[in-house]
Amino acid sequence: MADLKMRIAKRAAKEFKDGDIANLGIGLPTMVANCLPEGVTIVLHSENGFTGLLGAPEKGHEDVDVINSGGAYVTYAPYGNFFGSEESFSIIRGGHVDATVLGAMEVDEKGNIANWIIPGKMVAGMGGAMDLVVGARKVIVAMLHTQKGAHKILKECTLPLTAVGVVDMIITEMGVMEVTPEGIVLTELHPDYSLDDIKAATGCELIISPNLKPMEEE
Amino acid sequence: MINKMRTAQEAVAGIQDGMTVMVGGFLGTGTPEILIDALVEKGVKHLTVIANDGGLPASVTGTTDRGVAKLLSAGMIDHIIASHVGMNPIIGKGMNDGTLKCTLVPQGSLAEKIRAAGAGLGGVLTPTGVGTIIADGKETLTIDGREYLLELPLRADFALCRASICDKFGNFSCYKATKNFNHVMAMAADTVILGAEKVVEIGEVDVDTFTTAGVYVNYIVGGEQPWQI
Repeated sequence: MADLKMRIAKRAAKEFKDGDIANLGIGLPTMVANCLPEGVTIVLHSENGFTGLLGAPEKGHEDVDVINSGGAYVTYAPYGNFFGSEESFSIIRGGHVDATVLGAMEVDEKGNIANWIIPGKMVAGMGGAMDLVVGARKVIVAMLHTQKGAHKILKECTLPLTAVGVVDMIITEMGVMEVTPEGIVLTELHPDYSLDDIKAATGCELIISPNLKPMEEE
Repeated sequence: MINKMRTAQEAVAGIQDGMTVMVGGFLGTGTPEILIDALVEKGVKHLTVIANDGGLPASVTGTTDRGVAKLLSAGMIDHIIASHVGMNPIIGKGMNDGTLKCTLVPQGSLAEKIRAAGAGLGGVLTPTGVGTIIADGKETLTIDGREYLLELPLRADFALCRASICDKFGNFSCYKATKNFNHVMAMAADTVILGAEKVVEIGEVDVDTFTTAGVYVNYIVGGEQPWQI
């Protein structure tokens, strides 16, 4: 499982070019920062109020004024900059974040995404997720293809939506898909799977790109 | 010059049962603990609290409740308006047993609703939440072919803000990630109380030290401490 998540993170990392501004979700998406190709440095935006987010400090060297949006102590780059929530979300909605990589509970062929609430379960709140998927220039969903076999890529989301028509790309352990006005186009298929495998694991029609390529690990 | 310096007890004395109180901070970082402690000691009830989140409970910090969590643990809040409440289980429990109302607002919209109140705007138009349950009951407008939600201003009776440094007029700055909601909340309440780590005399430091205007601030309380890990 960890290997599959690393595969997804490595593939997502290839979507970035040097100098891109990115916001990475908690969990698998965070791994993207450690998988960037040689020579590519991206500037991470932390929605609680800064750019230049870096990793955890050494124990005993925490700056109590520097946390990430999950509340963990983190460090920041020399080019970093701190600002209030009003500016942090102006940066997001204003189109100044090149891409966000985040997980999802459901995605559908219209580019709708559901990743903030399951009715009847404990409510955590959307935090910055709704603003982020609406504002980021490119929205990349990086996730395992199914939830223990249950479809997550659907014809229509069943859970309450985070946003409508915002997803640009879906990267899973099985392949890479682009959301287009015609539907979800499979552009890369991982060699471990057949077209039948990925179609069976997907809850909507997959349009096979005429230029279908193998999804490369490295 | 008007004297804005107060003790924490004096500063929160005007907060009454049923009032609406904004609390700066993000998971406790940037929350004025001395003002929260004084409010808990005063012991008001039925507050509506506007904050990013429910603070951090002792089970997460490993020591004591932090920020808004202290008010929740003391049962002082009837209604919390926030963007993220998953870190404090008291909120989920209160929602389930009907003792606590929780209104969730997308984080960027929360900041802008507060800023709108402080800036004298009738609301803001945001693309965030369009087509979701957040849009239920809200007016939408289409501008240049894109749909926007009308989000209305959010004001409070009191705002409790935290400064890393301020002067005795109330000009202040919040270091690093303690900024979060402190600037917009200072704009949007009838009475604004600043809990400050460092208070300097007027004119003592360069004027560019400060990022928020003291005109928003009514009372200043010194003695706020860095959070102890």
